[in-house]
Amino acid sequence: MPSHIKTKNCLPALLFGASLCLSQAAGAATAYISNEKDDSLSLIDLDTLEVIETIDVGQRPRGITFSQDYSKLYICASDDDTVQVMDVATHTIISNLPSGEDPEQFALHPDDRRLYIANEDNALVTVVDTVKEQVIGQIDVGVEPEGMAISPDGKVAVNTSETTSMLHWIDTDTHELIHNTRVDQRPRHVEFTKDGKLLWASAEIGGTVAIIDVDSKEVIKKIRFEIRGIHGDKIQPVGIKLTDDGKTAFVALGPANHIAVVDAKTFEVIDYLLVGRRTWHMEFSPDERYLLTTNGISGDVSVIDVQKRKAIKSIRVGRFPWGVAVKPD
Amino acid sequence: MRIPNRHTRRIGKILLTSLLTVLPALALAKPTDVTIGYLELSVPDAPLLSNVLPPPEDNGEQGAILGIADNNQGARFLGLNYVLKSLRSESLDALIQQSEQWHEQGVRYLIANLPAPALEQLSRSWQGKPILIMNAGSADNALRTTRCLSNVLHTLPSRAMLTDALGQWLIHRRLGRWLIIEGQQTEDKAYADSVRRTAKRYGARIVDEKTWTFESDLRRSAQTEVPLFTKTREYDAVVVADERGDFGEFIPFNTWYPRPVTGTQGLTPTAWHRVVEQWGAAQLQSRFDKQTGRWMTDVDYAAWAAVRSIGEAIASQAPAQFPKLANDDPSPLMHYLLSEDFQLAGFKGRKLTYRPWNGQLRQPIALVHPRALVSQSPQQGYLHPHTDLDTLGFDRPESRCTLSQTHTVNGGR
Repeated sequence: MPSHIKTKNCLPALLFGASLCLSQAAGAATAYISNEKDDSLSLIDLDTLEVIETIDVGQRPRGITFSQDYSKLYICASDDDTVQVMDVATHTIISNLPSGEDPEQFALHPDDRRLYIANEDNALVTVVDTVKEQVIGQIDVGVEPEGMAISPDGKVAVNTSETTSMLHWIDTDTHELIHNTRVDQRPRHVEFTKDGKLLWASAEIGGTVAIIDVDSKEVIKKIRFEIRGIHGDKIQPVGIKLTDDGKTAFVALGPANHIAVVDAKTFEVIDYLLVGRRTWHMEFSPDERYLLTTNGISGDVSVIDVQKRKAIKSIRVGRFPWGVAVKPD
Repeated sequence: MRIPNRHTRRIGKILLTSLLTVLPALALAKPTDVTIGYLELSVPDAPLLSNVLPPPEDNGEQGAILGIADNNQGARFLGLNYVLKSLRSESLDALIQQSEQWHEQGVRYLIANLPAPALEQLSRSWQGKPILIMNAGSADNALRTTRCLSNVLHTLPSRAMLTDALGQWLIHRRLGRWLIIEGQQTEDKAYADSVRRTAKRYGARIVDEKTWTFESDLRRSAQTEVPLFTKTREYDAVVVADERGDFGEFIPFNTWYPRPVTGTQGLTPTAWHRVVEQWGAAQLQSRFDKQTGRWMTDVDYAAWAAVRSIGEAIASQAPAQFPKLANDDPSPLMHYLLSEDFQLAGFKGRKLTYRPWNGQLRQPIALVHPRALVSQSPQQGYLHPHTDLDTLGFDRPESRCTLSQTHTVNGGR
């Protein structure tokens, strides 16, 4: 057990000072959690499953994502109208990108350079070149843009607009809208399958997850959820995560306080896992042993053992945890 | 075969040329206009004791304007364009005449911000003709129970929905003994009647009922007059029925027993208020602020929800149907709005649907004081076989309305 070894190494190290212990701890994978109402990030060591650090960032941090080499963390500081760039080694903010107003969620293009940002208050998607630190495109979309995803081949960006209930397909070369797909009310999140053939889209108020065929851009299947003792209106899907092998999907069900486990081939719901209150976003540990969920109202992160399909721990973080991103060793 | 003369040939040529210029911009085909008419009967303000904060003059209309903007943000991707026409007038005849003119121009949807009798007249004048009226102005209970209007849906909650929302909270807080104070206006009596119905429904005890008849200026004497006026058998809460805000603002903190004041003043049940910011509502509030520079009221919200309902319902139909629904026959849309398939995300934490029997928009009700949201009803534990939203206001067996007999409701999904 790595965690066991580390604890052992840590104890004698303490006698000589904390630095040795810390450098050991830095060897573990780390989850970064954005706390929307604390203007901070909580860092969780994925060996000990404990919070090891809290970092102050800009106002109302929501979506967070790493650059491909994990040297930089991009943070949507919604109330500062900027995307902050944090140097991961030193935990300092090294720049503020022009992001358009009220950035909420974003997706990094496979070129590791272009960020596609949903500007919730402005009905826009802003494209930022993170190297030149310049806005290189803005695309008009529906009311309250939220979810963002880029196809694995990098050709298409998809944005969800919550109040217009549409998925907007954006050509990443021309930055033109190429198609709009209607889904159920209040689409929150989109996720491509690894092969780029299907797109999963959650509709929070509609209570469904739509599976969209990427070629035809049409909904081919709708997944519905049912949990005993919980009114259908309170089952509100938001975050979606697919395992690397493409076999299983996890869907966070918001105020229903459960994560649905879905067979990603048959689209049947296999199980519901109880987590904290108002669960929205999720991320796997690098080995996919754990799935972390942010639970806004209970102010914690639930750790799900992916194999056992069971929540094994809840970790208290800041107020209204929103986004989660994981850095490997 | 008829040979076209030179004149028609020329027209044909012009048409062809213009068509060719347009073709490359294929996506720019002219959108279908959906025009919605907004009608408001302006009632002259009565003199009020509490006249510090008058209601906004464009109450309701601004909600409709925002609804149109929200609709259009998505409608342009569907080849639709929403247009609002408005008339505010002190004459109901003028409003009805305007609606006839609009109808001739192809308007099939009306947002009505009218008191109940005027709404009934408007509805009757359109009986059997293709038009859909959305009521954003009258909370009248009879319109949802006995005086059913076949061409009207209601986005403003009924008084019964409001008083039930309050009643559930009072009972939840174990405040089961009420003192009712009602004003002398017809609408105050209607509100008080609704409170009495709620009390019966939830087993609250009305310890006393008082009618406000004082003529004095309470801004100066509330501290001496109200305690004596409210000296009755002990109550847990006061429920005030003063819709215009004549005296009610002076009841809190002046009652004989130090008890919460609720109803039309104090802790107030309402469809919408500036303090509602959960469930994404902050976004709607901020769009409204930007547009108007003022707070969004319950009537603004009802007008917004009406326009948005039409927009969402049309967007869910096949594009081939758009022109017909927009300018010809709205009845399939009404049918759809009353069906289980319709859903509206209204920033209230869950989907909103219409009651198929009386066309009332089901919705959670906020309980607010002027600076904060206190609670939202239905309260936990108020159960219903279909949807707990139907514990507020008139459930199917309590209403004689049968707007849509073909649909059954399954609120569980």
